[in-house]
Amino acid sequence: MKEIEFTINGRKKRIAVRPKDLLLNVIREELGLKGTKYGCGTGECGACTVLLDGRPILSCLTLAVAVNGKSITTIEGIGTDEHLHPIQQAFIDAGAIQCGYCTPGMILSAKALLDKNPNPSEEEIKEAIKGNLCRCTGYVKIIAAIQLAAKRMRGERV
Amino acid sequence: MDVIKEFKVIGKRLPSHDAVEKATGQTKYADDFALPGMIYGKILRAKYPHARIKRIDTSKAEKLDGVYCVLTHKDVPNNAIISRFGQTRAVGGFEGVYRVLAEGKVRYYGEPVALVAAETEEIAEKAIDLIEVEYEELEGVFDPREAMDPKAPKIEDGKSNVVARFKIRKGDVAKGFAEADVIVENEYMSQFIDHAYLEPEAGVAWVEDDGSITIRVSTQVIEHYREIAHVLGIPESRVRVITPKIGGGFGGKEDITVEYYLALLAWKTGRPVKIVQTREESLSFRSKRHPYKFKYKTGVKKDGTIVAVEAELISDAGAYMTLSPWVLLYSTVNAIGPYNVPNVKVDSYTVLTNHPPSGAYRTFGAGQACVAYEQQMDEVAKKLGMDPVEFRKKNYLKKGDTMANGWKIPNTVALHETTDLVLKYLGKKPKPSGPKKLVGMGIASGMCSYGRMIFLHDTSRSKVRLELDGSVTIECGVQDVGAGQEASLCQIVSEVLGVPLKKIRIISGDTAATPIAGTTTATRQLYMSGNATYLAAMKVRDNILTKASEIFGVDKSELIIEDEKIKTKDGKSISLRDIAVACAADGVELFCEAQFNAPFGEVPDPETGQGRVFPDFTYGTTGAIVEIDTETGEVEVKKIASAFDVGTAINPMRVEGQIEGGAAMGIGWALTEDVKFEKGIAKAQSFAEYIIATAVDVPEIKSIIVENHDGLGPFGARGVGEVVLAPVPPAVINAVADALGKRIKELPITGERILLALREKS
Repeated sequence: MKEIEFTINGRKKRIAVRPKDLLLNVIREELGLKGTKYGCGTGECGACTVLLDGRPILSCLTLAVAVNGKSITTIEGIGTDEHLHPIQQAFIDAGAIQCGYCTPGMILSAKALLDKNPNPSEEEIKEAIKGNLCRCTGYVKIIAAIQLAAKRMRGERV
Repeated sequence: MDVIKEFKVIGKRLPSHDAVEKATGQTKYADDFALPGMIYGKILRAKYPHARIKRIDTSKAEKLDGVYCVLTHKDVPNNAIISRFGQTRAVGGFEGVYRVLAEGKVRYYGEPVALVAAETEEIAEKAIDLIEVEYEELEGVFDPREAMDPKAPKIEDGKSNVVARFKIRKGDVAKGFAEADVIVENEYMSQFIDHAYLEPEAGVAWVEDDGSITIRVSTQVIEHYREIAHVLGIPESRVRVITPKIGGGFGGKEDITVEYYLALLAWKTGRPVKIVQTREESLSFRSKRHPYKFKYKTGVKKDGTIVAVEAELISDAGAYMTLSPWVLLYSTVNAIGPYNVPNVKVDSYTVLTNHPPSGAYRTFGAGQACVAYEQQMDEVAKKLGMDPVEFRKKNYLKKGDTMANGWKIPNTVALHETTDLVLKYLGKKPKPSGPKKLVGMGIASGMCSYGRMIFLHDTSRSKVRLELDGSVTIECGVQDVGAGQEASLCQIVSEVLGVPLKKIRIISGDTAATPIAGTTTATRQLYMSGNATYLAAMKVRDNILTKASEIFGVDKSELIIEDEKIKTKDGKSISLRDIAVACAADGVELFCEAQFNAPFGEVPDPETGQGRVFPDFTYGTTGAIVEIDTETGEVEVKKIASAFDVGTAINPMRVEGQIEGGAAMGIGWALTEDVKFEKGIAKAQSFAEYIIATAVDVPEIKSIIVENHDGLGPFGARGVGEVVLAPVPPAVINAVADALGKRIKELPITGERILLALREKS
């Protein structure tokens, strides 16, 4: 076992992990944050996406020991029922959520994009979420939601 | 009962009641739930597609520290069961045997042979490796046509591999072909396709204090609790199935997934047990869309009138029959598509092979038929030298026409309208973007029933209760796969009782707590549970209007319900809260549990296939524009437009979501998706090999909603969840054929196949 210290959703955590423990399992089982999903275990579906120092990573391919000293953001860390993140609000308003299983990963990929590029083109949005599979929506309303969120985050009234 | 004519909530683009919990990651899907002391289950799977089991030795696995139990077929009280999936009425003839765990022999690669429950998943996996199974390999059969040969290896010893066949005989095809000016014959196929929902099959089971068993599992059919009780040999009343929100279904969670295994392991150990299947297990071993082989012969007059169609359909049922006969019946009834044909002969067969059992998949066989008949329509138009759109328009079904199964259509078939809207949106075929590019445009029309086959005598129940503060609780056993099954019920109640969505709570998907609402399959929940919920809400509405009419001294018809109030025409009003309190004080019922019955009928005549099979259909058209790179063979879908007559859109935003999702799924079907079995073993075992559309693969998709308000659902709605997929693959396939000037009849149309076709052409 190895002690690691990291920040998750703004809180400092110190836990013991095995060298082979995956970040996905630590987030879900040790920390009880179930918003991060298992979809494939091989890094091909994006359902397990979290932000590592603001960058989207696949937690099913990341060893927990690798996040020592770093900062993790999961879906639980970006907004609450009462204070939704503008991207969450836009996904709700645009009808971008169907079964919802891809939604946490999708929203985090969108957040990473909009944090560095507040005015992305449609192509840039597609490129940013191409690692997040969705079987329900055909992506149309997801792309529209990210465009809507971008506008709102830029201060446009929509 | 009064009738609601002007809608305040129906037809509005309102966000679903559960969108916030999903956007914030709070929804607890099957794998997001745990209990103290929970152990983990794993499945040992067959290493051969067809083999006798000579010996199973579990002793080493049992001795491993941390193992709670190891089970084989001998430990299953009723291992061989008849599959009868959520049928209200048992219909004889087509029920196949399904084995919980392989017994005597294995019939497909990956068939469950033994189960392990252990303290951790790792220990369970180790124990699986310690189980010794000695096999004697048998010759397998992997092609349904070969499996039809009486000399082929038998999947069920001593029985024919052909497990069901249907016929349609309408008019006289010999006479029809004799009158035809042109006859076109072709063969088509459709491949193995995986549902590829993002949430793999998962659940948790536990034993309750009173010794009964509860299974919380991702399923489209909570009513499987009856079969689970049968497998365990206990009364149905002692099994409870709960489904949380489902991370996608598409038919793949209609068959039993992990329920039996969970129930058996919890039952034997007394501990809560969790099973989560890996993506590899889901892709390689779970049910798939039935592959089909089609033969079509079409006779037409010079003016484009179709006079006869003869078709042969053969589907690969896989190693167990499960739902294959019913899927085949869907394909058979849909075999000639939405066209008026006087002389029809259809022969269809579903055949056991050593593939994993094929199962339900969005459109339930109607989509495969559409892939065939819509390619054939283009081929016939080409031979006639006629525009494929004009050819279709000449033959589209219309109200009052008779389908191949003899059913006279009583309501609108808006195919001229949907096709015109699609063409208007697609515009002219664009020029290629470069010298090595080819552009093609294709259209396809399709149909799919909503509601189950009428001989199953389908019913649904829902309960609506007005609370004393004017809020509303709905209890309905729907399973929500993400298409808004719950949300539509909330929107219906909001309309009927004038209560805002945020004051409505729905409790769903629990056999012990909610009225049984039947399966979330067959595009039936809005139709069936929507109508049941509407009836229940209307009864509550009538009760409170009656009370209000007493209070105000006016007739009920003079009252309106809106904005949480009952209002009179002269400006008096009473809040729902006050009317609820007044009703409660007088003992007036503030709740109603209503049942909706679909039309009931009989199985069609086996020799002619004549007889109504479905309550109703939804019809529509898809158009596609594609561009092909002649150097790489890559197909880029540039544009999709899909239009469907949905009767009445309860929520247009959700209807568009269905159309758009169906379009993306259909592109995958046409171009990339293939589980690719070789000698019974899936070659695609991850999303690296099983390619579904990503955000960059999906083009501009225009979803067009047509509303003729004459469906059988609440407020005239028709079902949309499945039909939206049907015409997409053939539209894309026809666009590719248009671009190439040549048809590739094998699916998916990969770059490799395109390059081969281009080489053959030059």
